[in-house]
Order: sequence, then structure tokens, then C-alpha cells
Amino acid sequence: MDTHDPMPPVLDVAGLRTMFFTRQGLLRAVDDVSFSVARGEVLAVVGESGCGKSITALSIMRLVPSPPGRIVGGSVTLDGRDLLKLDEAQMRGVRGNEMSMIFQEPMTSLNPVLTVGSQISEAIRLHQDLSRAAAADKAVEMLRRVKIPEPAQRAREFPHQLSGGMRQRAMIAMALACNPKVLIADEPTTALDVTIQAQILELILRLQQDLGTAVILITHDLGVVAETAQRVIVMYAGRKIEEADVGALFAEPLHPYTHGLLASVPRLAIMSGQVQAAQERLQEIPGMVPPLTNLPTGCAFAPRCRFADAQCRAAFPPYTQPRRGHWVACWHSERLYGAGA
Amino acid sequence: MHSTEYDSELVKAGASAQGAFGQTAYFLRRYPLGAIGAVIMALFVLAALFADFITAYSPLSTDAALSLAAPSRAHWLGADYMGRDIYSRIVYGARISLAVGLGSTGLGCALGVVVGLVSGYLGGWVDLIAQRVMDILQALPLLVLALVMAAALGPSLWNTIFAISIPLIPAIARVIRSNTLALRELAFVEAAQAIGMSELRIAARHILPNTVAPLIVLATAQLGAAILTEASLSFLGLGIPEPHPSWGRMLSESAAEYIRTAPWLVIFPGLAISLVVFGTNLLGDALRDILDPRERG
Amino acid sequence: MSDAGKPIIAVTGLKKHYPVRKGLLRRTVGQVFAVDGVSFSIGEGETLGLVGESGCGKSTVARAVMRLIEPTDGTITLEGQDITHLGKAELRPFRRQMQMIFQDPFSSLNPRMTAGDIVREPLLVHGVARGRAAEERTAALFEQVGLRPAQMRSFPHQFSGGQRQRVSIARAIALDPRLIIGDEPVSALDVSIQAQVINLLMDLQRQKRLSYLFIAHDLAVVEHISHRVAVMYLGKIVEYTDKTSLFLNPLHPYTEALLSAVPVPDPRLKRRRRVLEGDVPSPMKPPPGCAFHTRCPYAEARCRVEAPVLQEAAPGHFVSCHLHVAA
Repeated sequence: MDTHDPMPPVLDVAGLRTMFFTRQGLLRAVDDVSFSVARGEVLAVVGESGCGKSITALSIMRLVPSPPGRIVGGSVTLDGRDLLKLDEAQMRGVRGNEMSMIFQEPMTSLNPVLTVGSQISEAIRLHQDLSRAAAADKAVEMLRRVKIPEPAQRAREFPHQLSGGMRQRAMIAMALACNPKVLIADEPTTALDVTIQAQILELILRLQQDLGTAVILITHDLGVVAETAQRVIVMYAGRKIEEADVGALFAEPLHPYTHGLLASVPRLAIMSGQVQAAQERLQEIPGMVPPLTNLPTGCAFAPRCRFADAQCRAAFPPYTQPRRGHWVACWHSERLYGAGA
Repeated sequence: MHSTEYDSELVKAGASAQGAFGQTAYFLRRYPLGAIGAVIMALFVLAALFADFITAYSPLSTDAALSLAAPSRAHWLGADYMGRDIYSRIVYGARISLAVGLGSTGLGCALGVVVGLVSGYLGGWVDLIAQRVMDILQALPLLVLALVMAAALGPSLWNTIFAISIPLIPAIARVIRSNTLALRELAFVEAAQAIGMSELRIAARHILPNTVAPLIVLATAQLGAAILTEASLSFLGLGIPEPHPSWGRMLSESAAEYIRTAPWLVIFPGLAISLVVFGTNLLGDALRDILDPRERG
Repeated sequence: MSDAGKPIIAVTGLKKHYPVRKGLLRRTVGQVFAVDGVSFSIGEGETLGLVGESGCGKSTVARAVMRLIEPTDGTITLEGQDITHLGKAELRPFRRQMQMIFQDPFSSLNPRMTAGDIVREPLLVHGVARGRAAEERTAALFEQVGLRPAQMRSFPHQFSGGQRQRVSIARAIALDPRLIIGDEPVSALDVSIQAQVINLLMDLQRQKRLSYLFIAHDLAVVEHISHRVAVMYLGKIVEYTDKTSLFLNPLHPYTEALLSAVPVPDPRLKRRRRVLEGDVPSPMKPPPGCAFHTRCPYAEARCRVEAPVLQEAAPGHFVSCHLHVAA
């Protein structure tokens, strides 16, 4: 198990709350979420649809669509500066410069009528005082760094002329062009095929190590988490319910939801010699995620949890730290999964 | 993880279901202009339905003594050169406008839906021919085409309805066709094919109900155009024959000769036409905002 | 390829080519080789997993087998009867024998029909039951897929993704088919819901001796649900065998790369991954020789000119690769 030293965090998110004021009522998309990322660290935010992981990312970038959304509380501190206190002009100087984001569908994040190269150099020139030619050269250089073959040629092409994997590479090139401190990747490989996914993940990890960027990787895929992240936070219904080092989380999860999630994933069992496991029923988590407009009081997972009792339904459990660096929000975690220092 | 995308796919294809009541309540709050349009249209329909109860005079009875009488307590909007009560004629004229408007829009929609559905669902050469015919129809302005047809058919209520409905077909057919093309690609249509359902039944059960929303939007917009066309045809003497009170004819009878001496002959029918067309446009815009997701923010 | 016992479905040499038209005159300028000679068979109560990346033609196979699109060449035999060239009317009785479940739980249900009407529809279309009997049968179907009969009156938008997929499954089993083709039926679902639907499909298979053609890109899901697996690349099956052989001893370099690319949810397992370089070539211009040679780490001169054929490299283990031909 790797224990990394407590480096000062680059990004610190504390008590973040984002709400949507919709026709159906108040929607608590992100509720009291706190975490921090250190330089060169990969933090995975994992959860199912509607758990608030993407809104968490948009909140950090201050890109929550408003109205109906609004960040109503908390702080997002990047290198000692609270981003939530910046005005919009200052924030524009942060986005794409100190902090970048890549999205699931690279096609919709690229302008279809501009060449790939011009979009990257435009992003560079927004934040750096470079001549047009120098920025164009840098764009080609970035395309080379993300291992796009014939980068000079590709820079002159339009997004639709590139394959999905190449487009995502171009997005990464644009995101990293200004050498940001933090890269937020929101399901960067979900729309890609598995062999292309492997390429992209490898690329993100390699560049992240070279540049020392902190990465927040948002995903639903526990396999991707296991292979890329150092720390993980698990979200459910807008709340963080568990946070741990990746090894600890997969080996000894402390929340019943994390337990259920890990048990319900089909694994390549035969390769690891468990031929029998490949025929068995998968473990299910009964029921479904509650709608965010109508969350139960107390722990939102209680209606699906085998162990839930009156206490769970009455109040959301406090975060406890049964092991060093392993946080969980569950009333019964200690009783269920034991805890030792 | 993909739920939102898929929902919007559905909505793009015009296929979504929502409660009617909730939509109405939301409509009033969100679209006050649309509500005004709806009120105008409601008044218009009520006037047409209850014309007998809200008028004191027959729209056809003449009285030489009243010829060109100015608005008064007895004759609120005055009388025309034959001494007919203008208020009564406008109220009864609403019937003609509504009948022609609804009749021609209804007929145009029915034909347009059939053409659009068939050409979108079957595709191939059927589609090709249907689309070229629609192109030709659409190349001619609504009024010109209606004018030619009305002139050829001769003035009568049914001929007017028919003459106005034909030029409406292309716009309807195009929208239904593009909707059908989008819907045809959705998995529930494939599922119906996999069950072994006939093409006709798929079109009726799975495609048609999902094109209702855009159809309503379009029909409302076309209603105003149809009413205006009727007025224009009648103004030119090719629409509703005498002695039926048609707003367009009321204008044409009076415009040139009496505009100076008895302006109420011109102003009130003109106002009636403007108001109704304005009402349909307001309502149509609001309905489009609500039902047509491409316009939705 | 023959199986023990009579197969429910046998597909031989299935091809689907799409013409590419360009210009004003819509002249055919080329062909997309979406499916280019695919053969397989599925026995009673058996699941064949069909895996491959997007654009490999797996969904086209599903639609051609369902006769939703016309195959360019090849034969499809359902319970011993050649259905490749049957007309619409002749095909109808065979439609009862095979049904399909789609990937997208949102567009696969008509939003303007109630869930009950959707499930009842096949019964009515085939005149299996009407009125009261159809109603009762629909209620029973709802219970079989883990929905409450009271939900028959709900509209699709009132269901969650997983529940919608259950409605789709109820519709598919309504006519008691022998074969169900699932085109990525769990790919759009969340992990915890995915497990529910996979379990449901496996339970139904045991109860009804159903055969499945299960199309997916997620190898872990395929491993879990399948008995045999076929791997497709650019319109062709490159490897075809029982699942234990495939996952324990993949022979084709592409299968090997696919397996190595799957992220495994176990951080202790630091595998040496083989990351494939490059993209899948366009099915409009498949490379000469072996279609995989452009990305294959083992490609030799021969692979670039001569296309390998699917051959039995080990008993019951078919592979289309020059490296694995019994000399």
C-alpha cells in the first residue's frame, strides 16, 4: 500500500454545495463535498449517474449553468486563492490556464468550423503573450506531445477529419497547452473504444507525470479508477460517502455502497483463474438511486442498504476516519467492516 | 450515465410525453403573450359559436334609413351602405373566418400528414416524387396559388376552403417528413418491426402520435395565414360570395368609396382581421416554444 | 462449425455491404464492408457473446439476423428453416421465435404508449391473446421481469433506465421466443443496475431455455454471461471459441490486446499492458491481407498481403491468424 507524504494541496475543495432551482423543486446536486489534490496526484471521483460527480467538476471550474444552478456554499482554493470569490474576468484567466477541463465527447467540445491547430493556438494566445506564429508552433508541438502522428499536417485539419481518439488527444493538447496546475477530466474515455481508452489513459498519466499536473478524474468505471488513481472519493446522491487511497478502497471498503458497487462489477475472472466466479450471479444493489429532488432524510443510501436502521434514516452520518487517510460517512461502518488503526 | 443524452435524442425527434394539465398551468405563467393570444382566440371562437346570442340584428337585414350610419348606441360599430349592422356582420363574419380557417387548415394538415408520413416512412422514389411536387407547390406564394385555384373553382365556401388548403400542404408535409425520418431511426420503431408489425400499423401507432406536437405548432401558425388568405380572396371577390358576411369582403366593398366618409366601414373589419391573425401568431409562437424542443433553451 | 445438438440459429457467410454514393448522380463510388463473411451458430439455452469495438459490424450482424436489414449474401437458418429470403408475410411466424433488446433504454420504448401497451403489443400483433387474457399475460410478464403489474399504466418517462430495460425485456419475451438478440443491452446502465439486468437475463435463460446472441463491447460482461464468444474486427470474426479457452488462452493478437486493454478493478494487479497503437481502419478501405496487420505487434510480411481464414487451431477454437495455423 502506498502512503504518499502530505504535500501541500494544489487544489482544496471544502464544503462545496451546488444547488439547482428547477421546476421540480430544489435539487441538491453537490452537498457538502470536501477533498484536496496534491501536485502530481491523480484523484478519482467515482459514482453512478446523478451522483453529482460532473457537477462537482463544473462547480470547481465555475461552469455550472446558471440559472438554474448556483454554488451556494463552500470554497475552492487553488494555490491559496478562493476561486469562488473571483469575478468572472479573473476566473477566465484561471480557466484553460491554471486549471483545464476535458470532457466526455471531444466532438462537441471542439468548434467544427475551425482547424484543430487554430483552436489550440487561440487557447494559448488567450493566456500567453505569444505571436500568432509562435502560438501555432506551440500548438503543433502540443499535438506532437499527445502523440498525434504528423502533427503539422493534423493541425491544419478540422475536428471531423480526426477519429474519436485523435480528437480526445487534441482536447488534451489544448487543455495542457498552458501547463495548468490542475486538469479535470470528466469521463474522458467513456465514449471511446477499449483499445483507444487504454491509449488515452496512458497518455494522460504520462503527461501528468512529466508536467506534475494534479488530475481530477471523474468516472463511473471502477477499472479505470483502479488503474490510474492514487486516491478515490466515492459519491452517492450528491454527497461524498467515502474517501481513501485506491488500494485501501478496493481492498477494504468501509461503506456498504462501495461494497455493493465493487461486488456488482463483472470482472475478467477467468484470466485470474477463477473460472467458477464467471458463471455465478452478480451481486446486486437492490433498488435505484433516489431522485435528487426528493432525497430521503438521513443517509440517501439507506433505502437500498441491507443494514439501514432508524438512525440511518434520521440523520446523515458524520465523516469518520477509522484508518489513517480513509474517511467514511456511515453509522455502522465500524460494526460492519471492523476498524483498526 | 447517458440518460440525459438519450432523453434529448428523443426530444429532438419530437417524441416525449408530458401531462397536459401541468403544461397548461406552466404555459400561462411562462408565456404571458401566448396567454393573450389564447384569450383572443378564445373570444374569437366564442363569438363565432354564440353569434346568435350576442347580436341584436341579423347580419343580412338591410335598412336604407341606416345606410352609412355612424356608430351609435343602437349600432355600436355603425352600419354599411346597405344599412346592415357592422357589429353583427363582424360577429357572424367570425364564423366564416373560423370555418374557412379551421376547415382549410384541417384539410391541409390531413393531406400534409399523409404526404409527409408516406414519403418519410417509405422513402425511395415515392419520397422523391412527393418532395418534387411539394417543391413546386411551395415555389408559388400561398395567396397566388389560392387565387388561381379560387378563380378556377369559382366562389363558394367549400371551394375557398379547398383553394386555401392545398397551398398549406407543403409546409406540413415537410415537417412531418423530417420528423418521420428522425423517428424511423429510433429503436422503438425497430422493435415494432422485429415484432412483425405491418408498415401501416407502425406508421399509425408509433410514428404518427409522436408527430402531434410539431403538427399542433404548425397548424396554429397556418391558421392565421389561412384566415388572412380567406380575407384576401374575399377582398378580391374570389372568396366567400355575397351576401355572407366575410371580413375581407366587408373591406373590399367599402375601402375605396367610403374610407373618408364612413371610416368605420373599413376600420372595424380591418381590426378584426388584424386581431385574429395577431392572436394566432402569439399563440403559435408560444406553442412552438413549448412543444418544439429545437427552440427550447 | 457444428455444435452438439441442433442449433437454434445458424448463420453462414453473412455479408452486408453498403454502397457509398457521392455526387449529384449518386453514383456508387465504393462499398462499406460492414459485415464481410460472418458464420456462427447458437444452440438451445446457449449464449454467444459477440464482441468488438465500434464500427466492427456487430450491430449490423444483429440487424441482419433479425432481418431488419437485408443481408447482401449468406444464409440465416432459424430452427432448421432458411429465413434469409422469406418475404414479410412468410417471415411473420419466425418473428415470434426471435426478438431483440436494444442498447438505448430511452429510445427503444415509444414515449406515447404505456408500458403495459408496449408489452401487450406483440401479443396483439400475433393474435396470441386479446382483452382480458392479454391483460393477464402482460401482468405475468411484468412480474417475470421484476416490475409490479401496477406499473403497466405508467409511461416510459416515469421509469428509470434499468426499469425501462426491464420493460424492453418483457416485450422481447412476450411471444416466448427461442432466441433473443441483445444489442448492448446493459451498456447504457449504471454498474449497480447493470448487475440487476444481467442477473435477470441469466435467470430467464435458465427458466425458458432461451438462446442469446449477446452483443457487447465490455469483455467482463461478455465473459460473465456467455458460453461461447466470437470476436469481430472490421466486419469479420477473428476468433471464435468457448469462453474459457478465449479468456484463458486468447490466440488472436487482437483478442489479446482487447483483454489487456480492459481496465481491471483491482489496483493490486499491476499488469503489463499491451496498448495497441493506432486507430481502427475505415471499413470502406479495409487494409489488404489481414485487416489487423496495421496495428498488430506480430505482423509479418505475409500478413500484409494474404488474408488469413478462420481455422480450427485447437479443438473447438477457431482463429483467423497466420501465426496460429496448424502447420
